[in-house]
Amino acid sequence: MLKTLSPHEGEITRATPEQAMTAAVLFENVSRHFGAVRAVDAVDLAVAEGEFFAMLGPSGSGKTTCLRLMAGFEQPTGGHIEIFGITAEGVPPYRRSVNTVFQDYALFPHLNILDNVAYGLMVKGVAREDRRRAAEDALAMVKLQGYGPRRPGQLSGGQRQRVALARALVNKPKVLLLDEPLGALDLKLREQMQEELKSLQKSLGITFVFVTHDQGEALSMADRIAVFNDGRIQQLGTPEEVYKQPRTRFVADFVGSSNILPPEFVARLGAAPQFASLRPEAIALGHGDSGKLVLDGTVLSRSFLGAANRVLVSVDGTRINVMSPAVAPVPAEGDPVKLSFDRADLHLMETAS
Amino acid sequence: MSAIAHHHAGDASRGSVAGRISDFLWRHPHVLLAILLGPPLLWLGIVYLGSLFALLLQSFFSIDDYSGLINYEFTLATYRQLLNDANFDIIVRTVVMAASVTLFSAVIAFPIAYYAARYARGKWKAIFYLGVMLPLWSSYLVKIYAWKLILAKEGILTWIVTKLNLLWLLDAWLSIPVIGGNSLSVSYTGTFIVFVYVWMPFMILPIQAALERVPTNLIEASSDLGGTPQQTFRHVLFPLALPGIVAGSIFTFSLTLGDYIIPQIIGSSRLFIGQAVYAQQGTAGNIPLAAAFTVVPIVIMGLYLWMARRMGAFDAL
Repeated sequence: MLKTLSPHEGEITRATPEQAMTAAVLFENVSRHFGAVRAVDAVDLAVAEGEFFAMLGPSGSGKTTCLRLMAGFEQPTGGHIEIFGITAEGVPPYRRSVNTVFQDYALFPHLNILDNVAYGLMVKGVAREDRRRAAEDALAMVKLQGYGPRRPGQLSGGQRQRVALARALVNKPKVLLLDEPLGALDLKLREQMQEELKSLQKSLGITFVFVTHDQGEALSMADRIAVFNDGRIQQLGTPEEVYKQPRTRFVADFVGSSNILPPEFVARLGAAPQFASLRPEAIALGHGDSGKLVLDGTVLSRSFLGAANRVLVSVDGTRINVMSPAVAPVPAEGDPVKLSFDRADLHLMETAS
Repeated sequence: MSAIAHHHAGDASRGSVAGRISDFLWRHPHVLLAILLGPPLLWLGIVYLGSLFALLLQSFFSIDDYSGLINYEFTLATYRQLLNDANFDIIVRTVVMAASVTLFSAVIAFPIAYYAARYARGKWKAIFYLGVMLPLWSSYLVKIYAWKLILAKEGILTWIVTKLNLLWLLDAWLSIPVIGGNSLSVSYTGTFIVFVYVWMPFMILPIQAALERVPTNLIEASSDLGGTPQQTFRHVLFPLALPGIVAGSIFTFSLTLGDYIIPQIIGSSRLFIGQAVYAQQGTAGNIPLAAAFTVVPIVIMGLYLWMARRMGAFDAL
């Protein structure tokens, strides 16, 4: 089943954009302005074929508009878009080899599940029996065998999510666009669907472009992440790069939580006077091994998070969050405490914005 | 904490009769529902359904041809009379007119409703509602007499058509048998135009409400899955708007079936069901036949709704 859906079977190796012949999706200086509002502003990006690409950002950051530009629901006010080397400007959604999984699924309420999944094949004129078989296969792929005769209203959120996925994948798109597809699901189901989406993408080898505001989701699922803010890409890189080497204060703050240290503070640590990011989990309570940087501070507050304790420490008036494993002893509020961390974990940022 | 609880429990103003009544109704919402719904349901049940039943009963009586008195015995003679050639013509004429008015109204109303639901915002939405509702604010009779003048041979429409050098076209249309006539104001075409005009708001508003409820992302999903605009209309937009179209057509169809003023003022002198009822219960004094005529629209509407249901018009509700 999975094989018949795969456009290039067996090819799971991922090309980096440098190696790729043609990008699956290419944005060159793309803008989408709504009057004075710059929803998307001079964005450059290249999604490689077979890649799981996440667009991460807060609401209003332009990530969804970028997705809609790929789908064809929006037209750029400037710049150039290519999908597999073919110019996309002026091409309506129904002539693009991309399919979308919508945020609230957008299942047709007047059609049953089978007809929903078969819709794309129906409008393309595939014979009734063939599209029925393909739709049933697609439903089996998302583990919904036998749900064909039901109506969307009779399904749970997680099941509707799977139907939306099957409805898109049955068309064998070259690029699958997912607009916050897991946003409406509860935590357990979301984690399960993350796993399933990831393995589905691996086995199908289809390029996935995924929009989310959940940084954890982006970090765990994506091959590469574009972090959006105010219509621009703040940083584009692998999850490790984006997490460990945030380029801007925005990225450091939005992806995970980080201590943003002011330039004066950083200078006192012997580094260049720039804003720096220091991840809470990179800091240990206590003196630590030799060769580490050590700071003296006072515990302001602490909270128990289950797997860890979050301890807020004041170091000469600068507040620093420390994520301490739950097994480690926790000092009381007001206690003096030593913080230690590797110099390598102190990441200087290029811009102060 | 305890001060707040004490204050709440001891709130003196809550102990009044009105306060206690609202507390009682809050605890027993079904009693409130019964009080609110009782009177209108009684009114509907007795006055409306009762008279409908009385009407049905009347249609099974007959009239004595010599004395003109009603013979209170069960008979199907009145229905036999209803189906004689002259009366059956009236029924066919009315139903064909109602069906054409409904179909044409739907075709004209859909784009207007679509524009209002999908594109009109703010000021334009207000203008739309005003434009649709405004004709309902003026008297029905005034509008119909205005149309009589517009459609008359010496009227403004003929004048415009003449200025456009299209009089030959109008004359050609009026020379068509049945739907033509001496002028628009004395032809079925004129009756049709006025019916469409007068009932149009009743078609536009339900369609607009139905389209308003269709989420934009369903249109986008259809397009995303490869549906051309025509396919999206046929497979998504139209089925989802169908309950609105059916609701609108119930209005236009039943209003046309029952109207007796428009065909009396504009059109040929041939009768419609409403006029027949008016004539039978008035001058002719044949109440049973009038009642039988009245049963016709009820039966037709019942059949229409049953068919609409079978065709899945309400599936999207």
